[in-house]
Amino acid sequence: MIIFFEKNILVGFWVTFIPLTVLNEQIVKGDTNEQVLLIGLANNDSKAIETIYKDNFNMVQSFILNNNGSYDDARDIFQEAVIALYEKAQTESFVLTCQIKTYLYSICRRLWLKRLQQMGKYSRKIETVEDTVAVEEDLEAHEKRNAEFIIMDRALNSLGEPCKSLLEGYYLKKMNMAKLAEDFGYTNADNAKTQKYKCLMRLKKLFFSQYNIGE
Amino acid sequence: MDDILLLETIERYLNGEMNNEERTYFDTLRKNTPEIDQMVVEHSMFLHQMDYYVAHTNIKHTLQKTHRNLLDRGDLNEGGELSTKGKVIQFWNRYKKVTAIAASVGGVIALFISGLAVYFSSAVTDPKLEQLGKDLEAVKKSQLYQGSIINEVKSKIPLNARLLSGGSGFLIDTKGFIITNAHILRGTGAVVVNSKGKEFNASIVHLDHEKDLAILKINDGEYMPLKSIPYQIQKNNADLGEEIFTLGYPRNDIVYGMGYLSAKTGYNGDPISYQIQISANPGNSGGPVFNKNGEVIGILSTKQAQAEGVAFAVKSNNIYAIVEDLKKSDTSFLKLKLPTKSSLKGVERKAQIKKVEDYVYYVKAYGK
Repeated sequence: MIIFFEKNILVGFWVTFIPLTVLNEQIVKGDTNEQVLLIGLANNDSKAIETIYKDNFNMVQSFILNNNGSYDDARDIFQEAVIALYEKAQTESFVLTCQIKTYLYSICRRLWLKRLQQMGKYSRKIETVEDTVAVEEDLEAHEKRNAEFIIMDRALNSLGEPCKSLLEGYYLKKMNMAKLAEDFGYTNADNAKTQKYKCLMRLKKLFFSQYNIGE
Repeated sequence: MDDILLLETIERYLNGEMNNEERTYFDTLRKNTPEIDQMVVEHSMFLHQMDYYVAHTNIKHTLQKTHRNLLDRGDLNEGGELSTKGKVIQFWNRYKKVTAIAASVGGVIALFISGLAVYFSSAVTDPKLEQLGKDLEAVKKSQLYQGSIINEVKSKIPLNARLLSGGSGFLIDTKGFIITNAHILRGTGAVVVNSKGKEFNASIVHLDHEKDLAILKINDGEYMPLKSIPYQIQKNNADLGEEIFTLGYPRNDIVYGMGYLSAKTGYNGDPISYQIQISANPGNSGGPVFNKNGEVIGILSTKQAQAEGVAFAVKSNNIYAIVEDLKKSDTSFLKLKLPTKSSLKGVERKAQIKKVEDYVYYVKAYGK
Protein backbone atom coordinates (compact mmCIF):
# COMPACT_ATOMS: atom_id res chain seq x y z
CA MET A 1 0.00 0.00 0.00
CA ILE A 2 1.37 3.40 -0.92
CA ILE A 3 0.31 6.76 0.46
CA PHE A 4 0.49 9.66 -1.90
CA PHE A 5 1.28 12.97 -0.40
CA GLU A 6 2.10 15.04 -3.42
CA LYS A 7 -0.53 17.18 -5.03
CA ASN A 8 -2.12 15.88 -8.15
CA ILE A 9 -0.82 17.26 -11.41
CA LEU A 10 -3.37 15.72 -13.68
CA VAL A 11 -6.54 17.40 -12.49
CA GLY A 12 -7.04 19.21 -15.75
CA PHE A 13 -6.91 15.92 -17.53
CA TRP A 14 -10.06 14.76 -15.82
CA VAL A 15 -12.20 17.78 -16.46
CA THR A 16 -12.80 16.56 -19.97
CA PHE A 17 -14.51 13.46 -18.66
CA ILE A 18 -16.97 15.11 -16.35
CA PRO A 19 -19.91 15.15 -18.76
CA LEU A 20 -19.87 11.36 -18.69
CA THR A 21 -20.92 11.45 -15.07
CA VAL A 22 -24.20 13.04 -15.96
CA LEU A 23 -24.72 10.64 -18.77
CA ASN A 24 -24.20 7.62 -16.59
CA GLU A 25 -26.45 8.96 -13.89
CA GLN A 26 -29.42 8.68 -16.19
CA ILE A 27 -28.57 5.18 -17.19
CA VAL A 28 -27.90 3.72 -13.78
CA LYS A 29 -30.51 5.16 -11.44
CA GLY A 30 -32.97 2.38 -11.89
CA ASP A 31 -30.45 -0.41 -11.57
CA THR A 32 -31.53 -2.17 -8.39
CA ASN A 33 -29.12 -5.03 -8.89
CA GLU A 34 -26.16 -2.72 -8.50
CA GLN A 35 -27.75 -1.13 -5.42
CA VAL A 36 -28.06 -4.55 -3.79
CA LEU A 37 -24.42 -5.27 -4.51
CA LEU A 38 -23.33 -1.97 -3.00
CA ILE A 39 -25.36 -2.55 0.14
CA GLY A 40 -23.74 -5.97 0.38
CA LEU A 41 -20.32 -4.43 -0.06
CA ALA A 42 -20.99 -1.86 2.65
CA ASN A 43 -21.78 -4.73 5.00
CA ASN A 44 -18.70 -6.73 4.07
CA ASP A 45 -20.90 -9.47 2.61
CA SER A 46 -18.66 -12.03 0.96
CA LYS A 47 -21.21 -13.02 -1.69
CA ALA A 48 -21.61 -9.45 -2.92
CA ILE A 49 -17.88 -8.87 -2.83
CA GLU A 50 -17.28 -12.01 -4.82
CA THR A 51 -19.74 -10.89 -7.51
CA ILE A 52 -18.13 -7.46 -7.72
CA TYR A 53 -14.72 -9.08 -7.87
CA LYS A 54 -15.68 -11.56 -10.57
CA ASP A 55 -17.43 -8.99 -12.72
CA ASN A 56 -14.67 -6.39 -12.67
CA PHE A 57 -11.29 -7.82 -11.87
CA ASN A 58 -10.39 -9.12 -15.30
CA MET A 59 -11.02 -5.75 -16.91
CA VAL A 60 -8.73 -4.03 -14.42
CA GLN A 61 -6.13 -6.74 -14.68
CA SER A 62 -5.85 -6.45 -18.43
CA PHE A 63 -5.68 -2.66 -18.16
CA ILE A 64 -2.78 -2.89 -15.73
CA LEU A 65 -1.00 -5.67 -17.58
CA ASN A 66 -1.26 -3.64 -20.78
CA ASN A 67 0.23 -0.63 -19.04
CA ASN A 68 3.50 -1.81 -17.58
CA GLY A 69 2.04 -3.58 -14.56
CA SER A 70 2.29 -7.07 -13.08
CA TYR A 71 -0.30 -9.52 -11.73
CA ASP A 72 0.54 -8.37 -8.21
CA ASP A 73 0.07 -4.72 -9.18
CA ALA A 74 -3.33 -5.58 -10.63
CA ARG A 75 -4.42 -7.28 -7.41
CA ASP A 76 -3.16 -4.43 -5.21
CA ILE A 77 -4.74 -1.71 -7.29
CA PHE A 78 -8.04 -3.49 -7.73
CA GLN A 79 -8.37 -4.27 -4.03
CA GLU A 80 -7.55 -0.72 -3.10
CA ALA A 81 -10.24 0.50 -5.50
CA VAL A 82 -12.81 -1.84 -3.93
CA ILE A 83 -11.84 -0.51 -0.51
CA ALA A 84 -12.37 3.03 -1.78
CA LEU A 85 -15.80 2.05 -3.08
CA TYR A 86 -16.54 0.34 0.24
CA GLU A 87 -15.68 3.52 2.12
CA LYS A 88 -17.88 5.53 -0.21
CA ALA A 89 -20.73 3.06 0.17
CA GLN A 90 -20.62 3.51 3.91
CA THR A 91 -21.09 7.25 3.98
CA GLU A 92 -24.61 8.42 4.67
CA SER A 93 -24.77 10.76 1.71
CA PHE A 94 -23.75 7.96 -0.60
CA VAL A 95 -24.89 8.03 -4.20
CA LEU A 96 -23.07 6.29 -6.97
CA THR A 97 -23.74 8.22 -10.10
CA CYS A 98 -22.35 5.64 -12.47
CA GLN A 99 -22.02 1.90 -12.85
CA ILE A 100 -19.81 0.03 -10.41
CA LYS A 101 -17.71 -1.03 -13.37
CA THR A 102 -17.08 2.53 -14.51
CA TYR A 103 -16.34 3.69 -11.00
CA LEU A 104 -13.87 0.93 -10.21
CA TYR A 105 -12.18 1.34 -13.55
CA SER A 106 -11.81 5.08 -13.01
CA ILE A 107 -10.33 4.64 -9.56
CA CYS A 108 -7.93 1.95 -10.72
CA ARG A 109 -6.86 4.02 -13.67
CA ARG A 110 -6.22 6.98 -11.44
CA LEU A 111 -4.32 4.93 -8.83
CA TRP A 112 -2.27 3.25 -11.48
CA LEU A 113 -1.35 6.53 -13.17
CA LYS A 114 -0.16 7.83 -9.83
CA ARG A 115 1.86 4.77 -9.17
CA LEU A 116 3.45 4.88 -12.60
CA GLN A 117 4.34 8.49 -12.02
CA GLN A 118 5.92 7.61 -8.73
CA MET A 119 8.01 4.95 -10.39
CA GLY A 120 8.92 7.46 -13.08
CA LYS A 121 7.38 5.31 -15.77
CA TYR A 122 4.49 7.51 -16.73
CA SER A 123 3.80 7.76 -20.42
CA ARG A 124 1.12 9.88 -22.05
CA LYS A 125 0.01 7.04 -24.22
CA ILE A 126 -1.83 5.25 -21.46
CA GLU A 127 -4.34 2.91 -22.93
CA THR A 128 -7.98 3.66 -22.29
CA VAL A 129 -10.78 1.43 -23.42
CA GLU A 130 -13.53 2.16 -20.95
CA ASP A 131 -15.49 5.21 -19.91
CA THR A 132 -14.17 7.01 -16.87
CA VAL A 133 -15.68 9.36 -14.31
CA ALA A 134 -14.10 11.98 -12.05
CA VAL A 135 -13.03 10.36 -8.82
CA GLU A 136 -10.58 12.91 -7.47
CA GLU A 137 -12.56 13.86 -4.37
CA ASP A 138 -13.30 10.27 -3.49
CA LEU A 139 -9.69 9.35 -3.88
CA GLU A 140 -8.58 12.16 -1.66
CA ALA A 141 -10.97 10.97 1.03
CA HIS A 142 -9.73 7.44 0.53
CA GLU A 143 -6.11 8.43 0.84
CA LYS A 144 -6.83 10.27 4.06
CA ARG A 145 -8.53 7.16 5.42
CA ASN A 146 -5.68 5.05 4.27
CA ALA A 147 -3.14 7.25 6.01
CA GLU A 148 -5.19 7.00 9.21
CA PHE A 149 -5.33 3.24 8.85
CA ILE A 150 -1.57 3.07 8.53
CA ILE A 151 -1.04 5.29 11.58
CA MET A 152 -3.34 3.10 13.66
CA ASP A 153 -1.71 -0.03 12.32
CA ARG A 154 1.75 1.24 13.22
CA ALA A 155 0.64 2.41 16.65
CA LEU A 156 -0.97 -0.93 17.37
CA ASN A 157 2.05 -2.83 16.18
CA SER A 158 4.51 -0.82 18.22
CA LEU A 159 2.58 -1.49 21.42
CA GLY A 160 4.15 -4.86 22.05
CA GLU A 161 2.57 -7.87 23.66
CA PRO A 162 0.35 -8.56 25.46
CA CYS A 163 -1.09 -5.06 24.89
CA LYS A 164 -1.57 -5.56 21.16
CA SER A 165 -3.41 -8.87 21.44
CA LEU A 166 -5.44 -7.66 24.39
CA LEU A 167 -6.71 -4.59 22.53
CA GLU A 168 -7.29 -6.57 19.35
CA GLY A 169 -9.23 -9.15 21.32
CA TYR A 170 -11.44 -6.49 22.85
CA TYR A 171 -11.90 -3.99 20.04
CA LEU A 172 -11.40 -6.07 16.88
CA LYS A 173 -12.73 -9.44 17.85
CA LYS A 174 -15.22 -7.98 20.34
CA MET A 175 -14.43 -10.61 22.94
CA ASN A 176 -15.72 -9.97 26.45
CA MET A 177 -13.43 -9.18 29.37
CA ALA A 178 -14.00 -12.46 31.20
CA LYS A 179 -13.01 -14.50 28.15
CA LEU A 180 -9.96 -12.32 27.54
CA ALA A 181 -8.87 -12.60 31.16
CA GLU A 182 -9.09 -16.37 30.84
CA ASP A 183 -7.19 -16.49 27.54
CA PHE A 184 -4.39 -14.25 28.72
CA GLY A 185 -4.16 -15.79 32.17
CA TYR A 186 -5.23 -12.80 34.25
CA THR A 187 -6.63 -13.84 37.59
CA ASN A 188 -9.85 -11.93 37.06
CA ALA A 189 -11.69 -9.75 34.56
CA ASP A 190 -11.04 -6.58 36.55
CA ASN A 191 -7.28 -6.96 36.30
CA ALA A 192 -7.56 -7.61 32.59
CA LYS A 193 -9.74 -4.52 32.28
CA THR A 194 -7.25 -2.32 34.11
CA GLN A 195 -4.51 -3.66 31.86
CA LYS A 196 -6.66 -3.02 28.81
CA TYR A 197 -7.15 0.61 29.77
CA LYS A 198 -3.45 1.04 30.43
CA CYS A 199 -2.75 -0.35 26.96
CA LEU A 200 -5.45 1.83 25.47
CA MET A 201 -3.87 4.94 26.96
CA ARG A 202 -0.54 4.02 25.42
CA LEU A 203 -2.16 3.32 22.06
CA LYS A 204 -3.95 6.67 22.12
CA LYS A 205 -0.72 8.46 22.89
CA LEU A 206 1.09 6.70 20.05
CA PHE A 207 -1.78 7.27 17.65
CA PHE A 208 -2.26 10.94 18.35
CA SER A 209 1.45 11.74 18.29
CA GLN A 210 1.52 10.54 14.67
CA TYR A 211 -1.97 11.68 13.75
CA ASN A 212 -1.35 15.28 14.71
CA ILE A 213 1.85 15.41 12.68
CA GLY A 214 -0.13 14.24 9.67
CA GLU A 215 -2.70 17.01 9.97
CA MET B 1 -5.30 4.72 38.48
CA ASP B 2 -7.53 7.79 38.35
CA ASP B 3 -6.87 8.11 34.64
CA ILE B 4 -8.04 4.56 34.12
CA LEU B 5 -11.23 5.15 36.06
CA LEU B 6 -11.89 8.28 34.05
CA LEU B 7 -11.26 6.50 30.77
CA GLU B 8 -13.55 3.68 31.77
CA THR B 9 -16.25 6.17 32.69
CA ILE B 10 -15.89 8.01 29.40
CA GLU B 11 -16.10 4.77 27.49
CA ARG B 12 -19.26 3.76 29.32
CA TYR B 13 -20.68 7.19 28.63
CA LEU B 14 -19.93 6.99 24.93
CA ASN B 15 -21.28 3.47 24.65
CA GLY B 16 -24.52 4.54 26.34
CA GLU B 17 -24.02 2.14 29.23
CA MET B 18 -24.88 4.70 31.92
CA ASN B 19 -28.23 4.99 33.64
CA ASN B 20 -30.13 8.29 33.49
CA GLU B 21 -28.97 9.64 36.81
CA GLU B 22 -25.32 8.87 36.10
CA ARG B 23 -25.63 10.32 32.66
CA THR B 24 -27.09 13.60 33.87
CA TYR B 25 -24.34 13.86 36.46
CA PHE B 26 -21.66 13.20 33.87
CA ASP B 27 -23.20 15.72 31.45
CA THR B 28 -22.95 18.41 34.12
CA LEU B 29 -19.39 17.37 34.85
CA ARG B 30 -18.57 17.74 31.16
CA LYS B 31 -20.15 21.17 31.03
CA ASN B 32 -18.22 22.41 34.05
CA THR B 33 -14.85 20.80 33.37
CA PRO B 34 -13.40 21.68 29.97
CA GLU B 35 -10.61 19.10 30.43
CA ILE B 36 -13.09 16.28 30.77
CA ASP B 37 -15.14 17.61 27.89
CA GLN B 38 -11.99 17.60 25.77
CA MET B 39 -11.17 14.04 26.84
CA VAL B 40 -14.64 12.86 25.86
CA VAL B 41 -14.35 14.46 22.43
CA GLU B 42 -10.88 13.04 21.93
CA HIS B 43 -11.86 9.57 23.04
CA SER B 44 -14.95 9.54 20.89
CA MET B 45 -12.83 10.44 17.90
CA PHE B 46 -10.32 7.77 18.82
CA LEU B 47 -13.00 5.10 19.09
CA HIS B 48 -14.23 6.09 15.63
CA GLN B 49 -10.73 5.65 14.34
CA MET B 50 -10.63 2.20 15.93
CA ASP B 51 -13.91 1.35 14.21
CA TYR B 52 -12.52 2.45 10.85
CA TYR B 53 -9.47 0.39 11.50
CA VAL B 54 -11.49 -2.70 12.31
CA ALA B 55 -13.71 -2.27 9.25
CA HIS B 56 -10.73 -1.68 6.99
CA THR B 57 -8.96 -4.77 8.33
CA ASN B 58 -12.05 -6.90 7.83
CA ILE B 59 -12.68 -5.80 4.26
CA LYS B 60 -9.04 -6.43 3.41
CA HIS B 61 -9.35 -9.98 4.71
CA THR B 62 -12.50 -10.57 2.69
CA LEU B 63 -10.83 -9.27 -0.47
CA GLN B 64 -7.77 -11.45 -0.05
CA LYS B 65 -9.94 -14.47 0.59
CA THR B 66 -12.16 -13.72 -2.40
CA HIS B 67 -9.13 -13.35 -4.62
CA ARG B 68 -7.78 -16.72 -3.53
CA ASN B 69 -11.13 -18.44 -3.94
CA LEU B 70 -11.67 -17.08 -7.42
CA LEU B 71 -8.14 -17.99 -8.39
CA ASP B 72 -8.63 -21.56 -7.17
CA ARG B 73 -11.86 -21.89 -9.10
CA GLY B 74 -10.24 -20.61 -12.27
CA ASP B 75 -12.43 -17.52 -12.48
CA LEU B 76 -9.29 -15.42 -12.35
CA ASN B 77 -6.07 -16.09 -14.13
CA GLU B 78 -2.65 -14.93 -13.05
CA GLY B 79 -0.50 -16.44 -15.76
CA GLY B 80 -0.86 -19.65 -17.76
CA GLU B 81 0.12 -22.30 -15.26
CA LEU B 82 -3.05 -22.13 -13.24
CA SER B 83 -5.56 -22.63 -16.00
CA THR B 84 -5.58 -26.44 -16.01
CA LYS B 85 -5.90 -26.52 -12.26
CA GLY B 86 -8.76 -24.09 -12.69
CA LYS B 87 -10.55 -26.40 -15.06
CA VAL B 88 -10.21 -29.37 -12.76
CA ILE B 89 -11.59 -27.38 -9.91
CA GLN B 90 -14.44 -26.04 -12.00
CA PHE B 91 -15.30 -29.64 -12.77
CA TRP B 92 -15.23 -30.40 -9.09
CA ASN B 93 -17.46 -27.48 -8.35
CA ARG B 94 -20.01 -28.63 -10.80
CA TYR B 95 -20.28 -32.11 -9.37
CA LYS B 96 -19.09 -31.92 -5.80
CA LYS B 97 -20.57 -28.79 -4.34
CA VAL B 98 -20.47 -30.27 -0.86
CA THR B 99 -16.74 -30.86 -1.14
CA ALA B 100 -16.25 -27.29 -2.19
CA ILE B 101 -18.14 -26.09 0.85
CA ALA B 102 -16.10 -28.32 3.12
CA ALA B 103 -12.94 -27.04 1.50
CA SER B 104 -13.96 -23.45 1.97
CA VAL B 105 -14.72 -24.15 5.62
CA GLY B 106 -11.20 -25.53 5.80
CA GLY B 107 -10.01 -22.34 4.17
CA VAL B 108 -11.80 -20.25 6.76
CA ILE B 109 -10.23 -22.25 9.56
CA ALA B 110 -6.82 -21.92 7.95
CA LEU B 111 -7.35 -18.18 7.68
CA PHE B 112 -8.41 -18.03 11.28
CA ILE B 113 -5.34 -19.92 12.37
CA SER B 114 -3.01 -17.82 10.27
CA GLY B 115 -4.79 -14.77 11.72
CA LEU B 116 -4.07 -16.07 15.19
CA ALA B 117 -0.46 -16.67 14.24
CA VAL B 118 -0.22 -13.07 13.11
CA TYR B 119 -1.85 -11.76 16.28
CA PHE B 120 0.45 -13.62 18.56
CA SER B 121 3.62 -13.08 16.60
CA SER B 122 6.51 -10.88 17.57
CA ALA B 123 6.37 -7.31 18.76
CA VAL B 124 8.89 -5.73 16.39
CA THR B 125 6.86 -3.72 13.94
CA ASP B 126 9.31 -2.36 11.47
CA PRO B 127 9.96 -4.92 8.73
CA LYS B 128 13.48 -3.64 8.52
CA LEU B 129 14.21 -4.86 12.04
CA GLU B 130 14.56 -8.47 13.00
CA GLN B 131 14.30 -9.66 16.54
CA LEU B 132 17.03 -12.05 17.36
CA GLY B 133 14.86 -14.47 19.34
CA LYS B 134 14.78 -17.83 17.64
CA ASP B 135 11.45 -18.81 16.22
CA LEU B 136 9.70 -22.07 16.82
CA GLU B 137 11.07 -23.79 13.71
CA ALA B 138 14.65 -23.02 14.53
CA VAL B 139 14.23 -24.11 18.10
CA LYS B 140 12.52 -27.30 16.99
CA LYS B 141 15.51 -28.09 14.86
CA SER B 142 17.90 -27.48 17.68
CA GLN B 143 15.76 -29.58 19.97
CA LEU B 144 16.05 -32.48 17.57
CA TYR B 145 19.77 -31.99 17.55
CA GLN B 146 19.81 -31.85 21.30
CA GLY B 147 17.71 -34.94 21.56
CA SER B 148 20.41 -36.84 19.76
CA ILE B 149 23.11 -36.05 22.28
CA ILE B 150 21.30 -35.45 25.55
CA ASN B 151 18.64 -37.61 27.03
CA GLU B 152 15.35 -35.95 26.06
CA VAL B 153 13.68 -36.97 29.33
CA LYS B 154 15.85 -34.48 31.13
CA SER B 155 14.02 -31.49 29.63
CA LYS B 156 12.19 -29.47 32.22
CA ILE B 157 9.66 -28.06 29.82
CA PRO B 158 6.22 -29.31 30.93
CA LEU B 159 4.97 -32.22 28.84
CA ASN B 160 1.86 -30.46 27.57
CA ALA B 161 3.71 -27.25 26.64
CA ARG B 162 5.32 -26.31 23.37
CA LEU B 163 8.58 -24.52 22.87
CA LEU B 164 7.81 -21.10 21.43
CA SER B 165 11.07 -19.22 21.17
CA GLY B 166 14.59 -19.06 22.43
CA GLY B 167 17.32 -16.55 23.07
CA SER B 168 20.05 -15.65 25.51
CA GLY B 169 20.19 -14.08 28.94
CA PHE B 170 22.71 -13.42 31.69
CA LEU B 171 22.87 -13.35 35.47
CA ILE B 172 22.56 -10.03 37.24
CA ASP B 173 22.42 -11.52 40.73
CA THR B 174 23.87 -14.87 41.82
CA LYS B 175 20.58 -15.66 43.60
CA GLY B 176 19.40 -16.62 40.13
CA PHE B 177 18.14 -13.40 38.55
CA ILE B 178 18.61 -13.35 34.79
CA ILE B 179 18.05 -10.46 32.45
CA THR B 180 16.90 -11.07 28.89
CA ASN B 181 14.74 -9.52 26.13
CA ALA B 182 11.00 -9.31 26.66
CA HIS B 183 10.29 -10.33 23.05
CA ILE B 184 11.82 -13.76 23.63
CA LEU B 185 9.30 -14.60 26.33
CA ARG B 186 6.27 -15.28 24.20
CA GLY B 187 4.67 -18.01 26.25
CA THR B 188 3.78 -18.62 29.85
CA GLY B 189 7.08 -19.84 31.28
CA ALA B 190 10.74 -20.42 30.61
CA VAL B 191 13.62 -22.73 31.28
CA VAL B 192 17.21 -21.59 31.20
CA VAL B 193 20.21 -23.66 30.21
CA ASN B 194 23.76 -22.91 31.32
CA SER B 195 26.87 -23.23 29.18
CA LYS B 196 27.31 -26.83 30.34
CA GLY B 197 23.88 -27.79 28.98
CA LYS B 198 22.13 -28.08 32.34
CA GLU B 199 18.51 -26.95 32.43
CA PHE B 200 16.81 -25.03 35.24
CA ASN B 201 13.20 -23.98 35.75
CA ALA B 202 12.72 -20.24 35.80
CA SER B 203 9.81 -17.90 36.27
CA ILE B 204 9.17 -14.58 34.60
CA VAL B 205 9.20 -11.98 37.37
CA HIS B 206 9.20 -8.79 35.32
CA LEU B 207 8.40 -7.82 31.75
CA ASP B 208 8.89 -4.41 30.18
CA HIS B 209 7.94 -4.41 26.52
CA GLU B 210 8.76 -0.76 26.04
CA LYS B 211 12.40 -1.31 26.95
CA ASP B 212 12.19 -4.86 25.59
CA LEU B 213 13.69 -6.20 28.81
CA ALA B 214 12.61 -8.95 31.17
CA ILE B 215 13.85 -10.46 34.42
CA LEU B 216 13.72 -14.18 35.07
CA LYS B 217 14.30 -15.89 38.39
CA ILE B 218 15.69 -19.42 38.53
CA ASN B 219 13.43 -21.47 40.78
CA ASP B 220 15.12 -24.80 40.84
CA GLY B 221 16.43 -26.91 43.71
CA GLU B 222 19.29 -28.03 41.53
CA TYR B 223 20.55 -24.50 40.99
CA MET B 224 23.74 -23.86 42.91
CA PRO B 225 24.41 -20.13 43.23
CA LEU B 226 27.69 -19.27 41.55
CA LYS B 227 30.24 -17.18 43.33
CA SER B 228 30.18 -13.46 42.73
CA ILE B 229 29.46 -12.18 39.25
CA PRO B 230 32.70 -11.17 37.47
CA TYR B 231 31.24 -8.30 35.46
CA GLN B 232 29.69 -5.03 36.51
CA ILE B 233 26.86 -3.28 34.73
CA GLN B 234 27.71 0.16 33.40
CA LYS B 235 25.60 3.07 34.49
CA ASN B 236 27.12 5.60 32.11
CA ASN B 237 26.83 5.64 28.37
CA ALA B 238 29.51 3.90 26.36
CA ASP B 239 31.65 5.74 23.83
CA LEU B 240 31.55 5.62 20.07
CA GLY B 241 34.10 3.26 18.61
CA GLU B 242 34.46 1.23 21.79
CA GLU B 243 35.44 -2.36 21.17
CA ILE B 244 32.71 -4.74 22.27
CA PHE B 245 32.06 -8.46 22.47
CA THR B 246 29.08 -10.66 23.09
CA LEU B 247 28.23 -14.20 24.12
CA GLY B 248 24.98 -15.90 23.24
CA TYR B 249 23.17 -18.95 22.00
CA PRO B 250 22.36 -18.76 18.31
CA ARG B 251 23.03 -22.53 18.49
CA ASN B 252 23.04 -24.95 21.38
CA ASP B 253 26.63 -24.07 22.19
CA ILE B 254 27.65 -20.71 23.46
CA VAL B 255 29.01 -18.48 20.67
CA TYR B 256 31.39 -15.52 20.90
CA GLY B 257 31.27 -12.48 18.64
CA MET B 258 33.07 -9.15 18.58
CA GLY B 259 32.60 -5.73 17.04
CA TYR B 260 32.38 -2.08 17.93
CA LEU B 261 29.89 0.55 19.06
CA SER B 262 28.82 2.43 15.94
CA ALA B 263 26.19 4.90 17.19
CA LYS B 264 24.88 6.20 20.47
CA THR B 265 21.28 5.74 19.44
CA GLY B 266 19.37 2.80 18.06
CA TYR B 267 17.14 2.36 15.04
CA ASN B 268 15.60 5.68 13.92
CA GLY B 269 17.37 7.53 16.70
CA ASP B 270 15.85 5.41 19.46
CA PRO B 271 17.52 6.82 22.60
CA ILE B 272 17.28 3.70 24.75
CA SER B 273 19.61 1.64 22.58
CA TYR B 274 22.98 1.68 20.82
CA GLN B 275 23.78 0.70 17.28
CA ILE B 276 26.58 -1.81 17.18
CA GLN B 277 28.49 -3.50 14.42
CA ILE B 278 28.59 -7.19 15.15
CA SER B 279 27.52 -10.39 13.51
CA ALA B 280 24.38 -11.47 15.35
CA ASN B 281 21.94 -14.25 14.64
CA PRO B 282 18.52 -15.37 15.87
CA GLY B 283 19.17 -16.65 19.39
CA ASN B 284 21.62 -13.86 20.25
CA SER B 285 18.74 -11.77 21.57
CA GLY B 286 19.03 -11.06 25.27
CA GLY B 287 22.77 -11.73 25.35
CA PRO B 288 25.17 -9.36 27.11
CA VAL B 289 27.27 -6.82 25.22
CA PHE B 290 30.57 -6.25 27.03
CA ASN B 291 33.17 -3.55 26.52
CA LYS B 292 36.82 -4.56 26.44
CA ASN B 293 37.06 -4.29 30.24
CA GLY B 294 34.31 -6.86 30.59
CA GLU B 295 31.66 -4.41 31.79
CA VAL B 296 28.14 -4.93 30.48
CA ILE B 297 27.16 -1.96 28.32
CA GLY B 298 24.01 -3.38 26.75
CA ILE B 299 21.66 -6.22 25.91
CA LEU B 300 21.68 -7.38 22.29
CA SER B 301 18.12 -7.17 20.98
CA THR B 302 17.53 -6.61 17.27
CA LYS B 303 19.33 -6.37 13.98
CA GLN B 304 18.59 -4.48 10.80
CA ALA B 305 17.23 -6.85 8.19
CA GLN B 306 18.78 -5.37 5.08
CA ALA B 307 22.14 -4.31 6.42
CA GLU B 308 24.72 -6.94 7.26
CA GLY B 309 26.24 -6.68 10.71
CA VAL B 310 24.11 -3.79 11.95
CA ALA B 311 22.57 -4.68 15.31
CA PHE B 312 21.02 -2.84 18.22
CA ALA B 313 21.54 -3.26 21.95
CA VAL B 314 19.42 -1.87 24.77
CA LYS B 315 21.63 0.38 26.92
CA SER B 316 22.73 -1.11 30.23
CA ASN B 317 21.40 1.77 32.36
CA ASN B 318 17.93 0.43 31.54
CA ILE B 319 18.78 -2.62 33.64
CA TYR B 320 19.04 -0.36 36.68
CA ALA B 321 15.73 1.22 35.74
CA ILE B 322 13.80 -2.04 35.44
CA VAL B 323 15.32 -3.49 38.61
CA GLU B 324 14.06 -0.38 40.40
CA ASP B 325 10.62 -0.90 38.81
CA LEU B 326 10.62 -4.49 39.99
CA LYS B 327 11.55 -3.54 43.55
CA LYS B 328 8.82 -0.96 43.60
CA SER B 329 6.18 -3.37 42.35
CA ASP B 330 7.15 -6.22 44.66
CA THR B 331 9.05 -5.68 47.89
CA SER B 332 10.13 -9.31 48.03
CA PHE B 333 12.75 -8.44 45.42
CA LEU B 334 14.45 -5.81 47.58
CA LYS B 335 17.31 -8.24 48.09
CA LEU B 336 18.19 -8.15 44.42
CA LYS B 337 21.61 -6.53 44.08
CA LEU B 338 23.30 -5.74 40.83
CA PRO B 339 27.02 -6.54 40.58
CA THR B 340 29.19 -3.48 41.08
CA LYS B 341 32.71 -4.83 40.71
CA SER B 342 34.38 -6.09 37.60
CA SER B 343 37.28 -8.51 37.87
CA LEU B 344 37.89 -8.63 34.15
CA LYS B 345 39.82 -5.43 33.50
CA GLY B 346 43.15 -5.99 31.82
CA VAL B 347 42.50 -9.71 31.50
CA GLU B 348 43.15 -11.44 28.18
CA ARG B 349 40.00 -12.03 26.10
CA LYS B 350 40.14 -15.84 26.30
CA ALA B 351 40.38 -15.68 30.07
CA GLN B 352 37.55 -13.11 30.18
CA ILE B 353 35.30 -15.45 28.23
CA LYS B 354 36.14 -18.39 30.48
CA LYS B 355 35.18 -16.33 33.50
CA VAL B 356 31.98 -15.02 31.96
CA GLU B 357 30.51 -17.95 30.05
CA ASP B 358 29.03 -19.67 33.12
CA TYR B 359 26.91 -16.59 33.71
CA VAL B 360 25.35 -16.50 30.25
CA TYR B 361 22.28 -18.67 29.79
CA TYR B 362 20.24 -20.09 26.94
CA VAL B 363 16.62 -19.00 27.52
CA LYS B 364 13.81 -21.15 26.15
CA ALA B 365 10.24 -19.88 26.37
CA TYR B 366 7.35 -22.27 26.26
CA GLY B 367 3.55 -22.06 26.26
CA LYS B 368 0.52 -24.13 25.48
